Amino acid sequence: MRFQFTQEQQRFREEVSAFLRQEMSPEYETVYGTFSEEKYWFGRALARKLADRGWLTIGWPREYGGGGKTFLEQSILDEQIGYQRVQRVGITGLNFAGPAIIKFGTEEQKKRYLPPIARGDVEYCQGFTEPNAGSDLASLQMRAERDGDDYVLNGSKMFTSYYAHADYIYLLARTDPDAPKHRGISLFIVEMNAPGISTRPLPYINGEVAAQTFFDSVRIPRSSLVGEENQGWYHAMTTLDYERVGLERYARVRRTFDDFVNFCRDAASNGKSLGHSPLVRHKLAELKVGMEGWGLLCWKVAWMQSQGEVPNAEASIAFLYGTQQRLRFAQAAMEILGQRGTLTPESELAPIQGAIEGVSRESLHLHGAGTLEIHRNIIAQRGLGLPR
Amino acid sequence: MDLALTQGQEMLRRSAREFLEAECPTTLVRELEVSDIGYSSELWGRMAGLGWLGLALPVEHGGEGGNLIDQLVLAEEVGRALLPSPLLTSSILCGQLILKAGNSSQLSGFLPNLAQGKTIMSLALSEASGDFNPGQVSAVASPRDDGYAVSGAKTFVPYAVSADFFICVARNGDSQGLTLAIIEANSPRVTVTPLKSIANFSQAQVEFRDATVPRENILGVAGSGGKSLLQALEWATLVQCGEMVGRAQKILEMVVDYSKSRIQFGRPIGTFQAIQHQCADLRVAVDVAQTLTYRAACSLIEGLPCSEEIAIAKAAADEVSRLSTVTGHGIYAGISYTVEHDMQLYSARNKLAEANLGNTVYHIDRIARLMGL
Ligand SMILES: Cc1cc2nc3c(=O)[nH]c(=O)nc-3n(C[C@H](O)[C@H](O)[C@H](O)COP(=O)(O)OP(=O)(O)OC[C@H]3O[C@@H](n4cnc5c(N)ncnc54)[C@H](O)[C@@H]3O)c2cc1C
Repeated sequence: MRFQFTQEQQRFREEVSAFLRQEMSPEYETVYGTFSEEKYWFGRALARKLADRGWLTIGWPREYGGGGKTFLEQSILDEQIGYQRVQRVGITGLNFAGPAIIKFGTEEQKKRYLPPIARGDVEYCQGFTEPNAGSDLASLQMRAERDGDDYVLNGSKMFTSYYAHADYIYLLARTDPDAPKHRGISLFIVEMNAPGISTRPLPYINGEVAAQTFFDSVRIPRSSLVGEENQGWYHAMTTLDYERVGLERYARVRRTFDDFVNFCRDAASNGKSLGHSPLVRHKLAELKVGMEGWGLLCWKVAWMQSQGEVPNAEASIAFLYGTQQRLRFAQAAMEILGQRGTLTPESELAPIQGAIEGVSRESLHLHGAGTLEIHRNIIAQRGLGLPR
Repeated sequence: MDLALTQGQEMLRRSAREFLEAECPTTLVRELEVSDIGYSSELWGRMAGLGWLGLALPVEHGGEGGNLIDQLVLAEEVGRALLPSPLLTSSILCGQLILKAGNSSQLSGFLPNLAQGKTIMSLALSEASGDFNPGQVSAVASPRDDGYAVSGAKTFVPYAVSADFFICVARNGDSQGLTLAIIEANSPRVTVTPLKSIANFSQAQVEFRDATVPRENILGVAGSGGKSLLQALEWATLVQCGEMVGRAQKILEMVVDYSKSRIQFGRPIGTFQAIQHQCADLRVAVDVAQTLTYRAACSLIEGLPCSEEIAIAKAAADEVSRLSTVTGHGIYAGISYTVEHDMQLYSARNKLAEANLGNTVYHIDRIARLMGL
């Protein structure tokens, strides 16, 4: 058993880290709660540079513009991106749409869609959730009706993150309303500027802006269908590997945690370092246990995937635990900061750039890649074999 | 990165599980709870025969030459089976301490006997306060012409009634340095008084009154035993974590099985989400504690700095231990409140383990210190 990286991986990690440190400057760091157009486009430019070095898709197969390495190398990159607070761009293409096309796409689709993703040249958004289909995603109602050589889309999608910069939306729609709910869904890639698509902005509490996306008789060619008709649910669910690891999310939180520990060590409170308060010490040490555990759970998922295993329950374990630790950290840190924690990142007086106030908003995102309850269901039913 | 066990370790796991399922049923655990020595000497002999007692001791000293991961694999099985024995205190903690601090004649004098189970040793560290921190030691080893005389009262000495030797941790004269003195148990200057403890766990108060220690029975250099002591304690702490993880995993398997078969409201209780989610939370905690434990062990093996990782592992193991206790009793409900149900055997050992080798408060404080707080 070995937790260390190989020498080559270690070297890769150092290279990535050095490169990002050289490219990044404080004004482009996406500290929690701070987003801007400048940061977004800086992130896009940086993604292109990562692609030039062959790093952006280092875990993808070579024939599709990837580096032919494993999930571990991909995760090393993600971890550094998170830790150094680089604005993340292109995730839906890199983690969802790309892998689905690699697995289920036609030759033509691969040629058309994959190179721009691997070069960092496009943005995708994801249209899965609907107003009446959240956790019960398979109950989604948006229609895709065949009409000659086209499909016609009608309905709406909720929580379309990244929509503002997206070139494409990667979506699920119902192609057979009479089939059992999982068996009548298909997967599509649709241009965001197709006539009939409109959006209503939906600002999130962390400062990002998503949208509700409406489809009013949007006509798309047959070639937009990915994989087999009515198999979309299964296609989407079997290409979640890149989404499972979650190291970027972890590393972003870890960076703020590390900064906060340093802050407590140095910051004075009543003439003494905050880190000398027994209560603060206790809380921070407990949080450290959770942080270290969370990081290892993520690496375990990455490692399993690098071995060709499908870590269903393990991924839910890492997600569930991670979401809980982020919340615990945010709550404890806000408690420790007291009034100083009420200052937003825009305030010059805000401790560690207001990252704690930011993460305390971000930590209320308790439902990424499934709510806590859904992850527990997966662990109990798929992991432990408890009956439905 | 390679998080898999080797084939040999998988084999050790399987054979240990088979052996303990056959030889250490909970009926035996119950019998031993009311025995004088708290373990089975017959089983102890067979464990020696299987090579378990010297699993991670060097081959040249009668051990099997295994590493800490092998030791953890076995510890998980021991924890599952609730196996009562002086394995942790004698073979592992004292074995490692001698290995780390001893000179060559001490290694060849004690280790083969420990590995064969012929000698039982126990560490006499904590005193009346129960504080685990070696800094609290007030027992004194005073130089005499031919060696040392040790005086002090030690509490919480495991399997003391069965021990042939104690390794007593004492201050060196009036200095701060710690001396590790191997003291024969069978001496009029040593008094062993058993302590009534949870599940009748064998532990005792041991009083040393001017107990004479010949120079050759001082481990390493008098007054500078602190470092080896810490290393041996850290090693043993991880083994304790392994045992706790194994036990929590077993409790999880038990409650999952029970949830599938217990019918209420016309359906298995395992179909209730409230039950499923408790099981899921326990599974998460098991994974966290297990991964942290193995990671710290790998760091230790590779000689990387790992004191903080070890403290973190014990804090997480304590956590899963407490959670498994509550989840077990919660899901089994009424029946688990009876003595005849086995769940109480698990929760009793969980409590003992949480307090052993530094409780959560000790380790959390240690983590904070190592974080520079
Ligand atoms: C920041 C953010 C970004 C997002 N980005 C996207 C995106 O880009 N694209 C996209 O398609 N979606 C996105 N989503 C949507 C996200 O996937 C959904 O919010 C999530 O699936 C939960 O659905 P819901 O919010 O409708 O909650 P609901 O499913 O309505 O859940 C409400 C409550 O009921 C509980 N519940 C539901 N079913 C069960 C059950 N079976 N057992 C126990 N409890 C249950 C839930 O746990 C929750 O507590 C995003 C959400 C957020 C907040």
